[in-house]
Amino acid sequence: MPTYQTSIDATLSSLYASYGYSLFNMSKFEEYELYAQNKNFLISDHVITFTDTTGRLMALKPDVTLAIVKNTKDEPDARKKLYYTESVYRVSQKSGTFREIEQAGVEVLGDIDSLCLGEVLTMAEKSLAAVSPDSVLAVSQLDLLMLAVRKLGIPASREGDILDCVGEKNQHGIDAILKEENLPLENADFLKALLSHYGKPASVLAGIRPFCQSEEAKQILTSFEKILSLVDPSRIAVDFSTLGDLRYYNGIVFRGYVNGIAENLLSGGEYHRLMQKMNKRSHAVGFAVYLDLLDDFGKTLEAYDCDVLLLYQKDTDPALVMKQAEDLRRNGKRVDCAAAVPQNKRYREIITL
Amino acid sequence: MKRMLNIALPKGRLGEKVYGMFEAAGFECPSIKEQSRKLIFENEEKGVRYFWVKPSDVAIYVERGAADIGVCGKDILLEYTPDVYELLDLGIGKCRMAVAAPKDFHDSPEKTLKVATKFSHIAADYYRRQGRDIDIIHLNGSIEIAPILKLSDVIVDIVETGTTLKENDLEVRETVVPISARLIANKAHFRFMSDTIETILTSFRHYLAKDKED
Repeated sequence: MPTYQTSIDATLSSLYASYGYSLFNMSKFEEYELYAQNKNFLISDHVITFTDTTGRLMALKPDVTLAIVKNTKDEPDARKKLYYTESVYRVSQKSGTFREIEQAGVEVLGDIDSLCLGEVLTMAEKSLAAVSPDSVLAVSQLDLLMLAVRKLGIPASREGDILDCVGEKNQHGIDAILKEENLPLENADFLKALLSHYGKPASVLAGIRPFCQSEEAKQILTSFEKILSLVDPSRIAVDFSTLGDLRYYNGIVFRGYVNGIAENLLSGGEYHRLMQKMNKRSHAVGFAVYLDLLDDFGKTLEAYDCDVLLLYQKDTDPALVMKQAEDLRRNGKRVDCAAAVPQNKRYREIITL
Repeated sequence: MKRMLNIALPKGRLGEKVYGMFEAAGFECPSIKEQSRKLIFENEEKGVRYFWVKPSDVAIYVERGAADIGVCGKDILLEYTPDVYELLDLGIGKCRMAVAAPKDFHDSPEKTLKVATKFSHIAADYYRRQGRDIDIIHLNGSIEIAPILKLSDVIVDIVETGTTLKENDLEVRETVVPISARLIANKAHFRFMSDTIETILTSFRHYLAKDKED
């Protein structure tokens, strides 16, 4: 593993341990049947298989969650808090070929309450901050979203098309489907309100509250608000276009983004439906951090000696330079200030004041 | 203090029209209008960097994050299903994806339909929804000659005026989906550039509303 990944991996392990999570070690192999039955849960449905000495068809682990769920005793009244740093083997979306991918993450199985969800969201947010303070955890509530989708009055066979539009923030696509189904466009008011409001939790929740009119919607919103209140809001964005496969996920789902990485670095959520599908009574929540995405990011960081050079003029107010530099540093940037560009130093960005 | 917003524009008339919309939104970059072979243009003051790319590549640039936003046809989005936000239908570059066949072609549902197309995914999805068994023949160009040479029964292709079809004795049988240009954004970069992207969106919405009134 590259040095940068190794250092983040170690930081994440100590973060999860500091929340009382136990390390879960697992075998590299699982019976192929486990993955064959839950192919849609996997990021890629290609799995490396082989026949072991007893004739069983085995798979090199393409996913960690399924293996943890399968190998953990079902105790719905207790709570198991586990973390892992493991290699998984799946087809890379970038190269289209099989790769060994490092992944870290947490899983909680059993009795999941608000505190537990708040804690998991906090750990997710801190996992991103460990990579860069310039990061965002986008959080959604699938149960509330589905109430808005059902309010459209569309046939169940078109729900998939609507959810595709939701994931794309594609409001004109929602209108087009309603027109095709001869339904009034006002049916989408609630759903469009959820999609139009994104950003800081307080403003989003205030914006969508008038649209949450049914008792069920009000209850979900209250519970969502309670969970979000447990998390530092500075790096949290509520965004209802954040989705998870509804065959497995429900409740809260989230994706983590770091400025400079073009994909989500982290993904997670509540997956009670997967538990039901695997005949478990426990509830569950968890997330994974895709450490392979840090490969290019680490290289970019190392490519510069400093993030920003503030280039000031002779007559620039030094207080202004100080203030701008401190603002940038507060956002995690390495900042240098000079009246001329220093030789032999590489800056990601030069800002002339 | 903000980083540059990278915008991928499709080369050609559509891209030039779209640039006009960005210019009207206050994100002008005069150097883009100079005659040159340059493909990348910057206006540091406005915080924008434009680049011309092949229309079918815009979605790749945006999905992979080389561009924060871009403009491409709905046909490309339906065919390649990139994981991007589709923020706005710009209502320009309008055409349709259609099934066309020779005028004397009689479609028998008992027979597997041979479909020649550049848009295999769109064609397969269209006929799957109809429960129709088809044989896709993927071609990269001159699709219109496939039915004439009996390579296929029908074609699925983009139709603008229909002139090319007429000249090759083909006619439109069904519309698969209307097509127009869409403003798309990288899902990760959107989080960190949302204020600027929102400004552009608001301005584009006003532009489109005014265009409709006129």
